[in-house]
Amino acid sequence: MIGRKGRRGGPGGKGGKGSLEFKDVGEPSEPLLVVEDLHTSFRTGRGTVRAVDGVSLSVSRGKTLGIVGESGSGKTVLSRSIMGLLPPRDVIRSGTVRFGGHDLTAMSPDELRKVWGAELSMIFQDPMTALNPVKRIGRQITESLRLHVDMDRKEADATAIELLRSVGIPSPEERIRWYPFQLSGGMRQRVMIAIALACAPRLVMADEPTTGLDVTVQAQILDLLADLQRERHMAVILVTHDLGVVANRADEIVVMYAGRVVERAPTRTLFHDTRMPYTQALMDSIPRLADPSGTRLHAIAGRPPDLVHPPTGCRFAPRCPYVQDKCRQSDPPLRTAGSPDHLFACWFPLVNGVSPVSAAGDGATAGTVANGTATGTGTGTGTATGPTAGVTAP
Amino acid sequence: MTPAPETNDPPTASGVLEPTGREGDIVLSVDHLVVEFRSGRQTVHAVSEVSFAVRTGETLGLVGESGCGKSTTGRALVQVQPPTSGHVTYKGQVLDSLSSRELRRVRTKIQMIFQDPISSLNPRRRVKDIVAEPLNIWGRGTKQERAAKVRDMLEAVGIDPEAAGDRRPQEFSGGQCQRISIARALMAEPDLLICDEPVSALDVSVQAQILNLLADLKERFGLTMVFIAHDLAVVKNVSDRVAVMYLGKLVEVAGSDDLYRSAAHPYTEALLASIPEPDPDQKANQKALTGELPSPLNPPSGCRFRTRCPYAQPLCAEQEPPLRDIAPGHQVACHFPLVPGPTTTDDSAGGSEPAPPVPTAAGV
Repeated sequence: MIGRKGRRGGPGGKGGKGSLEFKDVGEPSEPLLVVEDLHTSFRTGRGTVRAVDGVSLSVSRGKTLGIVGESGSGKTVLSRSIMGLLPPRDVIRSGTVRFGGHDLTAMSPDELRKVWGAELSMIFQDPMTALNPVKRIGRQITESLRLHVDMDRKEADATAIELLRSVGIPSPEERIRWYPFQLSGGMRQRVMIAIALACAPRLVMADEPTTGLDVTVQAQILDLLADLQRERHMAVILVTHDLGVVANRADEIVVMYAGRVVERAPTRTLFHDTRMPYTQALMDSIPRLADPSGTRLHAIAGRPPDLVHPPTGCRFAPRCPYVQDKCRQSDPPLRTAGSPDHLFACWFPLVNGVSPVSAAGDGATAGTVANGTATGTGTGTGTATGPTAGVTAP
Repeated sequence: MTPAPETNDPPTASGVLEPTGREGDIVLSVDHLVVEFRSGRQTVHAVSEVSFAVRTGETLGLVGESGCGKSTTGRALVQVQPPTSGHVTYKGQVLDSLSSRELRRVRTKIQMIFQDPISSLNPRRRVKDIVAEPLNIWGRGTKQERAAKVRDMLEAVGIDPEAAGDRRPQEFSGGQCQRISIARALMAEPDLLICDEPVSALDVSVQAQILNLLADLKERFGLTMVFIAHDLAVVKNVSDRVAVMYLGKLVEVAGSDDLYRSAAHPYTEALLASIPEPDPDQKANQKALTGELPSPLNPPSGCRFRTRCPYAQPLCAEQEPPLRDIAPGHQVACHFPLVPGPTTTDDSAGGSEPAPPVPTAAGV
């Protein structure tokens, strides 16, 4: 489809001047994107909102990472934080974001502008607000081509037509002269994808790319993204609230809750060996076609916590059906058990989809439950001492 | 339909045809509803000849893509959108023949919930005033009685009246705003609740809460519901019967389990295929739809789905398929309905025309 011809430009080109060389920088074994201990907080009138609180993740070339969580879990702030798209005022960010061997957090705005679009691009949730309503869609696609790749107008227009065709827009020669309002929601999202892919980036962040679209269009858009990804060997980060969307599209999934990663595993492992009760609750809340009509859904009671005053201990504890005293007192670290690529943050992780807490039965005394699982976890923090007294029956 | 989900009857559709067996059972009926909009010199055919009935106590799902006319149909039910032709009858009263005064009175019995919960609440008013509005308009009860009723209703929808009553909508999440909208809709004690995409702006976890809440309230207040949404998995979960709409027309009507088990219209099949199942072992479906909804300014001749139908035949362009019975309680508008199993062949007596059940899938 679109070659990478002329990208990064010559020494005299717009993109060439002082441009960063990304091609083979960094260890070949190092993933394309490595985020380490990223914290992002906002200063507000009510106090500091710790929207992203110590997140680490990585994505390799050509792979898809799904980031899943409810509204308010910090997934959107995380993706913008990785991109460096947050305003400088009243935002505190720490941690590192290494992309192709460069630390994005250390870059100046000018340097970042050379990365955005060219190497790292973003597809936003709402194409109507993300697109410029008074510019023809062709111009919006060629903008980044003319900025990053040394293309003249004619060449850029031809590339824009080719891009629109590749994202499945019929008669692209006419459509490049259209305005966003003339297109349906699905078509606008296709244009967004064309813009994001124009300069052949290495990584595309798609933040809820199909929320607000019909299920039929959602399937089309996700298939399109997967095809283009395969064609171009791009890495994709798919941010969504719906585990169904990433179930057969992501290689690895990160589940976020209250600004933290609570479970991270290869997709198949996450679904077949769920350890964190929150992940299980998210899965159970999806209505399944195979269930008879009127089947009661397993809703997660309550809401995500206020990130100005997050609860002590496990942040999911107030909503967790298997909560124990220990969960309210001390914060479970992100740890592994069994396979090294499966991380979870839970004191009493599920085993084969069943909580050891509920398996102890209603009649079990609090002491046996706490002792039995505490030895199983094998992590002594010293904070949770003695048998838990107030075990709530599941 | 009576709420009796526990009985594991064999899946004959007879229960769908006559859900309770009582007479005078139909609470709302729609006859040949047509809604058209003028757009310059052209006409948008939003809803074309749609007929269906809603029975007391049942939930009818109305499903289709954006632009299929499902929301317009919902709005026409309460005459917010006056129909171009056709009638909506609520408990024997033909709504389009009523005076605006009479219509206002009837509308207290038919309430709506909208898609965007935040913009459907006035941001400058307090929650308890928003919820009390229907009572204030009708001057029902004393001030104390109204306040008590607001408290009860907020509690019924899972909002703490003490903590929330004096706050304003912007302080609440989307899910909570939807709860407040539901409370407001129920204040006038309606019989019929029309829910227009009530959960499509919400997270899956909140969606489950709201769907469960609607099921509880339906039982508690004895409601009949029309549930409009684009996600067939959601619609199937809440509905007793489902009507599938495509480009202003009904293409299939069936009991919701029937529809899932033996979808007869290729469009229904495609809708089912496009739902992402949370299962990593299930590969993305090949039957997902291609292309977009054609323009309602100039709908295709014959069957309106033929331009996207993988099984389309020349006949489909020439003749419009009527909505006909292919099994008890199962209607489809297709010349060549899909034949999934024995359910469609053993009883096709209801159809007025000889149906050619040609399995065209293999031939194309």
